[in-house]
Amino acid sequence: MGVRGLVPFCPWDWCLLLATLQCCGASSELNRSTDSSAQRELNVRFAAASSQPAEAISVFTLDYDYVQIPYEVTLWILLASLAKIGFHLNRRLPRLMPESCLLILVGALVGAVIFGTDHKSPPVMDSSIYFLYLLPPIVLESGYFMPTRPFFENLGSILWWAGLGALLNAFGIGLSLYLVCQVPAFGLGDVNLLQNLLFGSLMSAVDPVAVLAVFEEARVNEQLHMMIFGEALLNDGISVVLYNILIAFTKMHKFEGIEPVDILAGCARFIIVGCGGVFFGVIFGFISAFITRFTQNISAIEPLIVFMFSYLSYLVAETLYLSGILAITACAVTMKKYVEENVSQTSYTTIKYFMKMLSSVSETLIFIFMGVSTIGKNHEWNWAFICFTLVFCQIWRAISVFVLFYVSNRFRTFPFSVKDQCVIFYSGVRGAGSFSLAFLLPLSLFPRKKLFVTATLVVIYFTVFIQGITVGPLVRYLDVRKTNKKESINEELHARLMDHLKAGVEDVCGQWSHYQVRDKFKKFDHKYLRKVLIRKNLPKSSLVSLYKKLEMKQAIEMVESGVLSSTAFSTPHQAQRTKETKRLSPEDVESMRDILTRNMYQVRQRTLSYNKYNLQPQTSEKQAKEILIRRRNTFRESMKKGHSLPWGKPAGTKNIRYLSFPYSSPLPAGRDMKVAEFTDHDGSDSEPPPIMFSTHSPKESIQERRWAPEVIPMRSLHRAGTPPHFGYRRNASREEHLGRGGRAILRPKPLFHAVDEEFESEEESEEEAPAFGSLLSSELRPGRDCNLSHSPLLQRK
Amino acid sequence: MGAAHSASEEVRELEGKTGFSSDQIEQLHRRFKQLSGDQPTIRKENFNNVPDLELNPIRSKIVRAFFDNRNLRKGSSGLADEINFEDFLTIMSYFRPIDTTMDEEQVQLCRKEKLRFLFHMYDSDSDGRITLEEYRNVVEELLSGNPHIEKESARSIADGAMMEAASVCVGQMEPDQVYEGITFDDFLKSRKNPNVRAQLTSTEADGRGSMLRSGSHLRGHHDLAGHRHRDQDARPLP
Repeated sequence: MGVRGLVPFCPWDWCLLLATLQCCGASSELNRSTDSSAQRELNVRFAAASSQPAEAISVFTLDYDYVQIPYEVTLWILLASLAKIGFHLNRRLPRLMPESCLLILVGALVGAVIFGTDHKSPPVMDSSIYFLYLLPPIVLESGYFMPTRPFFENLGSILWWAGLGALLNAFGIGLSLYLVCQVPAFGLGDVNLLQNLLFGSLMSAVDPVAVLAVFEEARVNEQLHMMIFGEALLNDGISVVLYNILIAFTKMHKFEGIEPVDILAGCARFIIVGCGGVFFGVIFGFISAFITRFTQNISAIEPLIVFMFSYLSYLVAETLYLSGILAITACAVTMKKYVEENVSQTSYTTIKYFMKMLSSVSETLIFIFMGVSTIGKNHEWNWAFICFTLVFCQIWRAISVFVLFYVSNRFRTFPFSVKDQCVIFYSGVRGAGSFSLAFLLPLSLFPRKKLFVTATLVVIYFTVFIQGITVGPLVRYLDVRKTNKKESINEELHARLMDHLKAGVEDVCGQWSHYQVRDKFKKFDHKYLRKVLIRKNLPKSSLVSLYKKLEMKQAIEMVESGVLSSTAFSTPHQAQRTKETKRLSPEDVESMRDILTRNMYQVRQRTLSYNKYNLQPQTSEKQAKEILIRRRNTFRESMKKGHSLPWGKPAGTKNIRYLSFPYSSPLPAGRDMKVAEFTDHDGSDSEPPPIMFSTHSPKESIQERRWAPEVIPMRSLHRAGTPPHFGYRRNASREEHLGRGGRAILRPKPLFHAVDEEFESEEESEEEAPAFGSLLSSELRPGRDCNLSHSPLLQRK
Repeated sequence: MGAAHSASEEVRELEGKTGFSSDQIEQLHRRFKQLSGDQPTIRKENFNNVPDLELNPIRSKIVRAFFDNRNLRKGSSGLADEINFEDFLTIMSYFRPIDTTMDEEQVQLCRKEKLRFLFHMYDSDSDGRITLEEYRNVVEELLSGNPHIEKESARSIADGAMMEAASVCVGQMEPDQVYEGITFDDFLKSRKNPNVRAQLTSTEADGRGSMLRSGSHLRGHHDLAGHRHRDQDARPLP
């Protein structure tokens, strides 16, 4: 369906793909010919010009065998990349199905070509290659991009669910399949209990990344998001550990019986392997963070340090038979925070992109293998086994979800609703992990490996295609938020106010138990860890300081060019009353809503958007760009001195004033007054407006109070592009630093700090005075809140 | 808070007044002491010590609401200088979830109380009317988190909202008719719309709404999983 759907949408790309495919096919044809004795013939044909005998050095030879593996792997990856490009050129397709569907389809296509041409695929996938090269990048990526704070906030539930859930699934599926195997009619008598358990353990490796993309779009609540993310993160590790232990048991079982002691040892091993892995990961994370402290002069090495140390943690853990997956995850989580502050901006970008790239290459390869092994002869179809596997996978997932969440809900402040649990149940998509584990089963121990592989493939195809495609509509169906569009402005405003209010009250209440732990850690972090791990002087090139710098410059320019006065507000205002003249047009409501949603949306910082296959442009990057754009606009504006419109489009002019204020008296005096105020508005003129009340009549004084805040540089700027979300955030992430940086201009204290810093380093001392002027005037801003909130009282007097 | 047994008595009394469990009261008391610095009362300045609150665009409104005599049920206007623990609990009790055991009438009453709290946040001069000016202030404050929004936009939004409210509450108006402001009744009226109500129960800021709605309630403060104690979640609406 996917293939047929693709064709009309992007014929171009499809042509490209086909061309590549044909290359692939052709190359395999060629390969076949080289295998045969025809090779000599070819050589002769090419060498004919030199009229030399075949034994001598030929001018042109073909040695496909030499390059076969990297050549074909490259072609596969290219093919998959082209397919992805095509996939994303189309707008509707990504919404329709997860990207892993596409990868599987491409894999199946390659598999079909290989099968059709009788080509022998290169043996890329074996146990050591998978565990040493393909798996680490995938795990590293998801560990590194994990949103730390929400993860730790939900740590208990995540561990409970991901850990116990995987175990429950593994044993549940294994044991119930074992029971099925006892029925003689199915012909599965030779599949013993251990093999079934092993199959169960590999079936429990859930890969719900596809679901995360859907969640991202549907904006599900943070906890649900984190549950699925945590599961994706930890599940692999847990099922791999279980898998390895069971493999060891199976090997042992071949030679001797298994004693109860061994089982106990296995359980202990399970714990040691997990904890040991995490321990090594944390150690290596700290080491690499410490080393990046000294790389300021050779920043090209920084990404290397990050990658090599995380890989080293994996390898060390594996050497000691600990869980490398958990080690590399822990390493990534630990170092991320410090590394990001240490490394330069470019290295930071490199690390991010390189990590995404590596993991997507790994995953693409695994999926292609899956496709390749789907189409082929190595299958054993047993209706009973496959159907029961499929059924048990669903049943046990349902059981584990509802039981485990029933228990954990009793301890949660915010329990998961039945809807949430349904979504979690439905998101049990199996992926690359399960397949690889099944594919890597040693044939010597598992005579019916083919059966296992087939069953795994069926489950993967079923979950990825059917569940992956329908989970989006399900989430949207369960969520009522679809009707958002009909909300009125009042409701929107009330809802927003309430969100902020709730957040504020929560803050006032504090967050006990957990809050204390985090507080302690933060103190420790500040006292010791940061001092040791982070450079003394924060790099000047970091985004935060760049932002500050640009802000400063902009402020200077604004004062110089006098833009400040251009957008001053000119509506006379004595509007205590409202007369209705016409109803709001839907477009107006729409644009208002737009502003509201875009600008006060983030009461809390949502989970960082996570997409396995792509990197969203980070807010920080967007903001930096935004500043540059705004700077340019500043100049343009100072030329035009035009009145900026609230929302970009010129047509908005007539819509701005919805109410029938007495326009007729535009208060020319007010303008003059304002101009006068601006002319003598130098650095010292930051005296709080309420003082003027004594000298003016109340009405006038309010107008003046109105002018005063207009001096804020940011106010008078034209909005360029999409405004970044300067939302109210709590997460102490990099973005938040920037957010604070952005807000710093609103608050006096950090502001002056910034001024000192910036001007020490730059030789722009002559501009210092105006800058201070603008800054001081922007100080009016914090006072604005109380000024404004008193205004109705004042007006009443 | 005095001797052990009188303290427990006191707690019991507070329990009756505010509906919190003794467990919750204890937790809140700990927090209260933390905020006040072991003083018997909290002043406005104490709220400056809440670091997370600092970034809240409507910080001043929230702090103000704590000292509002109307919310403290102490008078019809004005601000208290300082609040003691009981007052603190009174404010917090506005944010208690609606109890499932309550009958319909109580639920309605409870909702109304919560809405009144919200209304007071808008109505800063305590005249029982949200005037255009007050509405504008709130919108501007809400949008103050983003420096790119111009004051005029905020203003137009408030104006638009006001007009909408007028059209909902008064209906078609004559050209020279004047709408003074949103009264509490009007405020309630705008929520009668069931569609709107459904909306508000699932606030989209963080999706917590939908969870709360489906029969979930405060579960006390023991918390195995170590989740944050968002114990007072304002759910003033059904």
